[in-house]
Amino acid sequence: MSQAELSNDAPRVRSTLTDEEMAQSRKMQRRRKLIAFAFVTPLLIFVMIAFIAPIGTMLYRSVYHPTVAQLIPDTLEALSSWDEKGDNRPDDAVLNRFAVELQQLALKRKSGKLGEEINRAMPGTSSVIKSTARKFKKLDTELLKTEGAARLFASKPHWKEVEIWRVMKSSGAVFTANSYLTALDLDRNSLGEIVARDTQVYIRLYLKSLKIALMITFLTAIIGFPLSYYLATASPKTANTLMVFVLLPFWTSLLVRTTSWIALLQTNGVVNTFLQSIHAISEPFEMLYTQSATVISMTHILLPFMILPLYSVMKGIDPSYFRAAMSLGAKPIPAFIRIYLPMTVPGLSAGALLVFIISIGYYITPALVGGTDGQMISNIIAFHMQSSNNWELAAALGSLLLALILALYWLYDRLVGVSNIKLG
Amino acid sequence: MKALKRFGAALALCTAAAPVMADQFTAVSFGGAYGAAQQKHMLDPYMAKTGHKILFENYSGGIAEIKAQVESGNILWDVVDIEVIDLERACSEGLLEVFPHDTLPPGDDGVAASEDFSPQALSNECGVGNIVWTVLYSYNNETIKGGQPSTIGDFFNTSQFPGKRALRKRPQVNMEWALIADGVAKEKVYDVLATAEGQKRAFAKLDTIKDDLVWFDSWSQAPQLLNDGGAVMVQSANGRIFDAIQSDNKPFEMVWDAHIYDLDVWAIVKGTKNKALAEDFIRFATSSKPESGMQDVAYGPTRQSSYTYVDPAIIPKLPSAHLDEGLQASGEFWADYGESLGEKFNEWLLN
Repeated sequence: MSQAELSNDAPRVRSTLTDEEMAQSRKMQRRRKLIAFAFVTPLLIFVMIAFIAPIGTMLYRSVYHPTVAQLIPDTLEALSSWDEKGDNRPDDAVLNRFAVELQQLALKRKSGKLGEEINRAMPGTSSVIKSTARKFKKLDTELLKTEGAARLFASKPHWKEVEIWRVMKSSGAVFTANSYLTALDLDRNSLGEIVARDTQVYIRLYLKSLKIALMITFLTAIIGFPLSYYLATASPKTANTLMVFVLLPFWTSLLVRTTSWIALLQTNGVVNTFLQSIHAISEPFEMLYTQSATVISMTHILLPFMILPLYSVMKGIDPSYFRAAMSLGAKPIPAFIRIYLPMTVPGLSAGALLVFIISIGYYITPALVGGTDGQMISNIIAFHMQSSNNWELAAALGSLLLALILALYWLYDRLVGVSNIKLG
Repeated sequence: MKALKRFGAALALCTAAAPVMADQFTAVSFGGAYGAAQQKHMLDPYMAKTGHKILFENYSGGIAEIKAQVESGNILWDVVDIEVIDLERACSEGLLEVFPHDTLPPGDDGVAASEDFSPQALSNECGVGNIVWTVLYSYNNETIKGGQPSTIGDFFNTSQFPGKRALRKRPQVNMEWALIADGVAKEKVYDVLATAEGQKRAFAKLDTIKDDLVWFDSWSQAPQLLNDGGAVMVQSANGRIFDAIQSDNKPFEMVWDAHIYDLDVWAIVKGTKNKALAEDFIRFATSSKPESGMQDVAYGPTRQSSYTYVDPAIIPKLPSAHLDEGLQASGEFWADYGESLGEKFNEWLLN
């Protein structure tokens, strides 16, 4: 019952019902609400566990970075009074405290963790920290308390540099936006200013993923539109048969579909052999492990996501509108563009949005058929999760991807309007 | 009621008796022909001998999964087969248990373990060397043009040997090869690669063949590319090529010049409940006879006493017979520069 109806009924209800009955009815309504809520509770819990909690953890992980602060709290406390913008390294007293802490880490076999963290901002320091830690294991702690600095220098000359202490201090921050800076190809210099990084990777990969996703969306629309139109206007028998062909790949495993594209596209694969046998080409094309392989196979894989919403919307369009336009003197093409096309927009935008959002974060297909230039941002996120163990950076890259999609969704809402989407 | 009580008692007996009957733990390795060889020569004999049950799982290397398990305290793996490149990191980050090397059994010929194993196999406190394997390049006799390549320089010589070359998409090995092909002495490679100029030099060398390169992600793709004509030369783990030659009679040749060899190591995940059992398994798996079984996939045993069980025809095809021509991958270098070179490598790929 809508709000308006309720308020219209309200006076009448009040005049005929006693207070007791009113209370009864309110109780009933509360109960009904409670039951309705109980029905959606499993869904709510599921969404919380499977969706909101992981995303929240990811967002948190991209800024929360307590590892170094937990490993060398004492050193960081000593470093807090040191001016990292100057040209002098910290006093020997600070270094002594670090030496003692490093020995503790070595004994607990945690020095590698510190090495990995510091190495991230200053490549090459992991071995410095680990080898020094190994040597310190055997030394007397009392000796390190007084002579730690000298022992550090004797172990590796790197400890005399100012930079390593700067990095140590800056990595000690528990909440930091550094991962986001890296994800945007930025860095802080020794004065704390934000500058461009030496290696420029991530922005270009975002742009590339965006480009590939748009290309796939465009292609699925071009291919899907006429097909859906045909499906929607054909006789039910033909439409049903063809629908099976659309749905059949949809039900097939994603891996199977991707692998069959490998068989089709490889150098001595079906496509090349066929083209060579009809003498269309003399040398086989290089198709697999390229960007076009990613685009072709993903277009095929995501096509049903475009066709299904388009079809269901087109099915609901009354053909008499089109006929009316024609009978009123419109030529077929203008009639199509001005009458039919606008009516399909809800389906088209639903399909486009689905295909775009799914494809921008796609992982498995580019990893398998993309080779080098078919890589997308998801593949580099996987690299940082699995090989480099830089989970903070992976989280930052993932959060930026989420932000990018939300921004595009907002833009889309402004331009087309989300209320126009129709999924079926 | 009586029947129920009896049933309960029987049930209690069953559950109490179960752990006595057999213990169970999980071992993880790389699968494929290598995993099959381990199953046949290490896991199956151990299970037959002790009655314990081992669940054998596959992974694709790296320490991410081990890290996740140790950090969450939910240990699912007990024993892992890990590359030395990752072992260094995993051990110093406290993700692995320390393995008591002095408990390793002597070789079948009676030589003490400390003498029998190659020094690299016991150089890390967290593990015991399992195999010596290597990355080399291989060509297909049927598709190669311009003669028979024999050096790493030939891999970069596209004028004499035209055609696509396939490399695994990562900086490891590729950077080393570029420098060696550019004239850097093998023993200097990692020193040079640690400098900015050295890295530029390696990328510049890779630039010379960039248009002829095909990239792949897993070793299984290497023999496939060589076979279907996707490339005339491919970088590969030696076992994969050996397997293709041995079991499928493929016309592949291996080039041993500047191969980059490394060890695989059995190690124990930190915090496992089956530590004693896992140690016992590793002691068994790295003893002379099971070790020699790795010849099935042309990976070299890490202990001398195993070689008496190795087919003499296979010995020249094992990496251990070619150590002089090769270079050992530096776990320390890649722990230092793996991430930064990985980023630079990705940048280079995008250019």
